[in-house]
Amino acid sequence: MGLNKDYEDIPGTFVFDADRGREGYHLNQFCISLRKAPNREAFGADEGAYLDKYKMTAEQRQAVIDRDWNQLLELGGNIYYTSKLAANDGINFQELAGLMTGMGIEAYRAMMLAGGRSPEGNRYQHEWDEKGEK
Amino acid sequence: MARITAGVGCSHVPAIGVAMDSGITEQPYWEPVFEGFEKSREWMKAQKADVVFLVYNDHCTVFDATCIPTFALGCAPEFAPADEGWGPRPVPVVKNHQKLASHIAHSLILDEFDITIMNEMEVDHGLTVPMSVMFGDKGIDDEWPCLVIPLCVNVVQYPAPTGNRCYNLGKAVRRAVDSFDEDLNVVVFGTGGMSHQLQYKRAGLINKEWDTQFLNRLTSDPVSLSQTPHIDYLREAGSEGVEMVMWHVMRGALDDDVEEIHRHYHVPASNTAVGHIILENKKDQKAKI
Ligand SMILES: [Fe+2]
Repeated sequence: MGLNKDYEDIPGTFVFDADRGREGYHLNQFCISLRKAPNREAFGADEGAYLDKYKMTAEQRQAVIDRDWNQLLELGGNIYYTSKLAANDGINFQELAGLMTGMGIEAYRAMMLAGGRSPEGNRYQHEWDEKGEK
Repeated sequence: MARITAGVGCSHVPAIGVAMDSGITEQPYWEPVFEGFEKSREWMKAQKADVVFLVYNDHCTVFDATCIPTFALGCAPEFAPADEGWGPRPVPVVKNHQKLASHIAHSLILDEFDITIMNEMEVDHGLTVPMSVMFGDKGIDDEWPCLVIPLCVNVVQYPAPTGNRCYNLGKAVRRAVDSFDEDLNVVVFGTGGMSHQLQYKRAGLINKEWDTQFLNRLTSDPVSLSQTPHIDYLREAGSEGVEMVMWHVMRGALDDDVEEIHRHYHVPASNTAVGHIILENKKDQKAKI
């Protein structure tokens, strides 16, 4: 009998559990390396050569190069790790959220100033399915 | 004898630290965030704490994915602010009460809380932001007015420890402190939260009603509050809202009978609902009079 992953029906959400931690291990280890300045410099000088040091999958590597923030999470990345890659690019947490939601930075900031995203209609996957939201 | 007299619940949003470090706390965006901590700073000063026992989480800064301890107790002599990717915060190094930390480590393990012992550790915004909001601006050449024992809780890789486990850990910390001979006033901080989701398409979730009931029940109904299942935090308070389990450690370390001294709630700071509460043990209040 498997574990009950009751959190899988929350829409627009990746709960970073041990399975995702396993899938994303090398990707996340790459991301955290960027918190040190000499590593940021080496990555900036030659992204490809720096990425060669990490045993991530071809898909993960491409998502890093493309800065595909949602795909990084889909492939086992965790936000606290991917935010190190964002910080390297001069993108802060709020800007990153603006990009991941697809709203854009300004609209997202305005939503937060107006009190944030309401839980109404955002608790269960079927609520998003009914709205046609992906 | 050492004693725990009060508890502080407090968000630890990194942008709050950035706002203080760059001197923009009086801007209209930040002013309402910091206003709610003015009374807290006065209270903190009057409290004359010798030691803060500070429960927080590392945000994949010091702990990478190689090793993920559920509970890790800081036993090193001091803890320097870490570089989180934009340079270390310009705040003082945190000094430990090392003898008390060792005593707590010893006591917790015999009390069946199998914690990890950290003899070297840097600390990220999870620890330094609560220090800054409660003690005010301090530069790297200043000193924090008290010693700090950090307790890191894994809330990044699911599952975090249950609220029940955290509450009972608080009780065990209380027993440990009570059995330490030196005369010390200890204040416990539980940090993180409140509702927020930093990731993926639902980022930006805020649930004021949920946060409010959490703050209300923390004083009057802590045991049943600590039974809240993880799915409720994730669904109702956002995927990163599960950080609030750390507040139960603080509450567990206090008496059953506490009085709410101060509360502050504001949306937003960056992606997050800022929540803050100060609780005092009622019997320690009488002792003061
Ligand atoms: Fe946090």
